[in-house]
Amino acid sequence: MTFEIPNFLPAVPEMFVLGMACLILVIDAFLPDSRRDITYGLVQATLVAAAGLTLWMMGPETVLTFSDSFVKDPMADILKVAVYVTSFLVFLYARPYLMERGIHKGEFYILGLFAVLGMMIMISGHNLLTLYLGLELLSLSSYALVAFWRDNTRATEAAMKYFVLGALASGLLLYGMSMIYGMTGSLDIAVIAAELVAADETLNIPLVFGLVFLVVAIAFKLGAVPFHMWVPDVYDGAPTAVTLFIATAPKIAAFAFLMRLLVEGMGPMHADWQGMFVILAVLSLAVGNVIAIAQTSIKRMLAYSTIAHVGFVFMGILAGTDSGYASAMFYVIVYAITAAGGFGMIVFLSRKGFEADQIDDFKGLAKRNPWFAFIMLLLMFSMAGVPPTVGFYAKLAVIQAAVGADLVWLAVVAVIFSIIGAFYYLRVVKMMFFDDPREDAQEPVQPSGALATALSINGLAVLLLGIFPGLLLSVTHYAIMG
Amino acid sequence: MFADWPILSLLIWLPILGGFLVLAAGRDAPHVARRLGLAVAVATFVASLPLWFAFERGTAEMQFQELASWIPAFNVNYHLGVDGISMPLILLTTLITVIVIIAAWESVKDRIAYYMSAMLVMEGLMIGMFAAMDAVLFYVFFEAMLIPMFLVIGIWGGPRRVYATIKFFLYTFLGSVFMLVALIWMYIQSGSFLIQDFHALQIGMTAQILIFLAFFMAFAVKIPMFPVHTWLPDAHVEAPTGGSVILAAIMLKIGGYGFLRFSLPITPDASAVLDTLMIVLSLIAIVYIGLVALIQSDMKKLIAYSSIAHMGFVTLGFFLAFYIYRNTGDWEGASLGIAGGMVQMISHGFISAAMFLAVGVLYDRLHSRQISDYGGVVNTMPWFAAFFVLFAMANTGLPGTSGFVGEFMVILAAFKADFWIAFLAATTLILAAGYTLWLVKRVIFGAVANDNVASLSDMNRREFFLMGVLAFFTLLLGVWPAPLLDVMNATIDHLVAHIAHSKL
Repeated sequence: MTFEIPNFLPAVPEMFVLGMACLILVIDAFLPDSRRDITYGLVQATLVAAAGLTLWMMGPETVLTFSDSFVKDPMADILKVAVYVTSFLVFLYARPYLMERGIHKGEFYILGLFAVLGMMIMISGHNLLTLYLGLELLSLSSYALVAFWRDNTRATEAAMKYFVLGALASGLLLYGMSMIYGMTGSLDIAVIAAELVAADETLNIPLVFGLVFLVVAIAFKLGAVPFHMWVPDVYDGAPTAVTLFIATAPKIAAFAFLMRLLVEGMGPMHADWQGMFVILAVLSLAVGNVIAIAQTSIKRMLAYSTIAHVGFVFMGILAGTDSGYASAMFYVIVYAITAAGGFGMIVFLSRKGFEADQIDDFKGLAKRNPWFAFIMLLLMFSMAGVPPTVGFYAKLAVIQAAVGADLVWLAVVAVIFSIIGAFYYLRVVKMMFFDDPREDAQEPVQPSGALATALSINGLAVLLLGIFPGLLLSVTHYAIMG
Repeated sequence: MFADWPILSLLIWLPILGGFLVLAAGRDAPHVARRLGLAVAVATFVASLPLWFAFERGTAEMQFQELASWIPAFNVNYHLGVDGISMPLILLTTLITVIVIIAAWESVKDRIAYYMSAMLVMEGLMIGMFAAMDAVLFYVFFEAMLIPMFLVIGIWGGPRRVYATIKFFLYTFLGSVFMLVALIWMYIQSGSFLIQDFHALQIGMTAQILIFLAFFMAFAVKIPMFPVHTWLPDAHVEAPTGGSVILAAIMLKIGGYGFLRFSLPITPDASAVLDTLMIVLSLIAIVYIGLVALIQSDMKKLIAYSSIAHMGFVTLGFFLAFYIYRNTGDWEGASLGIAGGMVQMISHGFISAAMFLAVGVLYDRLHSRQISDYGGVVNTMPWFAAFFVLFAMANTGLPGTSGFVGEFMVILAAFKADFWIAFLAATTLILAAGYTLWLVKRVIFGAVANDNVASLSDMNRREFFLMGVLAFFTLLLGVWPAPLLDVMNATIDHLVAHIAHSKL
């Protein structure tokens, strides 16, 4: 028996991040509390370096390695870069928040870095086990992150809820995977796809049975209705810095996970899962947008808005065409950027001993700081899908995919719910521009330097990507179609 | 010599960038904001003049075209151009913006830089919408202008401004998203977002009717037609004077423009089938809304309702075409109706702007829009009264004013279609005379009603100038509409020839 040395090259970014995460873990252990900025700096440097590595190694070809369990293709490269960028933003936004609450610990960044590694593996997984490992690495890090503010009972409660429901979803996923493995005899994504094409009719029922579990697990992880119950509670309960993290980059990874598992692996069964996703998409759009109206907490409102956005992402995917996948990818990246900005604004308004987690807290922001009211306005209109912000093109792209797949009715349903959705985004704008500041919050607010710069760039990016959407759209099309 | 210059891009981006400049430079210096805002608006107006003078009459081709790739993934281009329908509307936009900026000089006190900048950005977006030849580009401008308008009504509006502005936003948003789905559907069919490719597209009847309804949702809300007009009185009453002027003089025209650019040429067969519906709704707007205007006690609301009634004329003129063809077998009268609708839009741009400015003049002095708070204004403000009566007469369609030309053309076309349609349409002359003259009687004439009115001072130079400019154009268009008709004729003839061919 010969032992072949696998080609490590495609996985260099992953290995680099893993090595750095371990190294920083050790360094952090020897740092006094006052020097946590070193950990922060190292983690951010790791992300930048990983982005450099990934960009440097980017190429049009698809490379498989580690016995075909790991893949590097344009989609993987681009999604990884998107994950680095959003994570970088998130850590940057999170830092002042953590410092003001006395929880500026190394664990936050290191767990975050491990989560990033998990996402990278999810993005590049080409085998049911690799995919599962990546997902679990991400999930376990996330549970710990939610719980890491030990003295906060709401955060602890949220972590428990997250953990129990997340574990349930993982169980469902594994069960579905085992069914698929049983029917096809392989864990390899490509082999599964080939087996499915060749499979005879009699296998259909057990295969669909397994497929249902996969879809449920994915819906759970992304927070699609009716598997969304945990989303508002966890988003609301977790410290804002952590909400920022779990609401953004992991969605990109979950999209990749879905692409690998359902599109590349279960692609031949598209007709079967399309129907399931239609139901999930319509329910998510409806429940997310309608319930968001009733929220008074901005974190819960954004949680429900996330659910609605997941509905839109599903719309792109279920079309089952390359341009549909590309538009879903565009949507998810745009969502991550916009959501990072949105939660970043909450951090910006929060200060020592005060959580700006109510929509009311945005009242009169135009008088307290007009520039950041403008930034928030851009973010809100982007989420509502009003041009010239980038959110419009995301909606345009997925609606175009749905119409192209002869699902005009679904497009109409989606736009109707996006009008309903527009209302609660408008309400935030209304609070900022038309109302006077609350009695207890009259004074002007000014964020610290790095946060101010990053938030401004983030908000303007939403506008500039909207004025010049061609580049990012071309990139996502390239990622899917080569 | 101007044909190759990127005039349209200049007209779009000069006010938008200028608007941000005003914001940056004038945030803490109101004087700078005012002067800079005026400078940008005037520069844009001057830059728009070559459109009129260098415009080639006698062709329906798109002129001053500009083309650049924008979103290659969807074959969307930054494609601009104007024809005889859009060019006059762009000039109207640049002129009215100058007027709005001057009108805000003293009457807007809170955050003037933001106000100026919102108006300028809105100007750029509206010009972009009129000039867009690409459907996505059109839609982007069409929607984007909601944002500044939303803020203008919400920040500087009256007591119920939040209700009014959210209603305004959601109504127009609701209408337009269905249009988006229709545009995307046609893109899937044709592989291009160019509006002219949509014109050439063969579409089956069912699809045409659905597309027509989608466009109808978008443009009927915007223009607005009965029964989706209810946002307009609210928005007008709460909006600041400048907002009302922009809304009435330009934004309403977007609906009419959309009917001509999209509904008629893209779905002619559906338009032919559904034209009775459109005519009936137009007549309801003319007659019923005219009656509603009679009983208003708020001046702005009265003018808002009269706007809806006048816009009923526009839609009537546009959709008479098929009716005329069915009755007479030729398309001659169709051009007359469409041209009448267009003239009516331009003329209403001047008259409604003037009427809202006039209400603004009174409101700035007494802070009331209630008719009952006034009376005998002529005794203290003779110049103002003279202008007010002139514009009131124009509003009723007195010959010699621009209000007459459009209405006369549409009624003439209506006679070719059906006597009763013409008869009902002509009642508007009586109704409009009723509500407008009654308004004049109660506000302007009679004895001085109270001490407030007695203390009124007449218009200052700035107000006089604004009224004078609008009066000039109202009279000019009234006695000599030929130059405007010259510009539009070729385009309208081409449009009529186009809709005469079935696309089934």
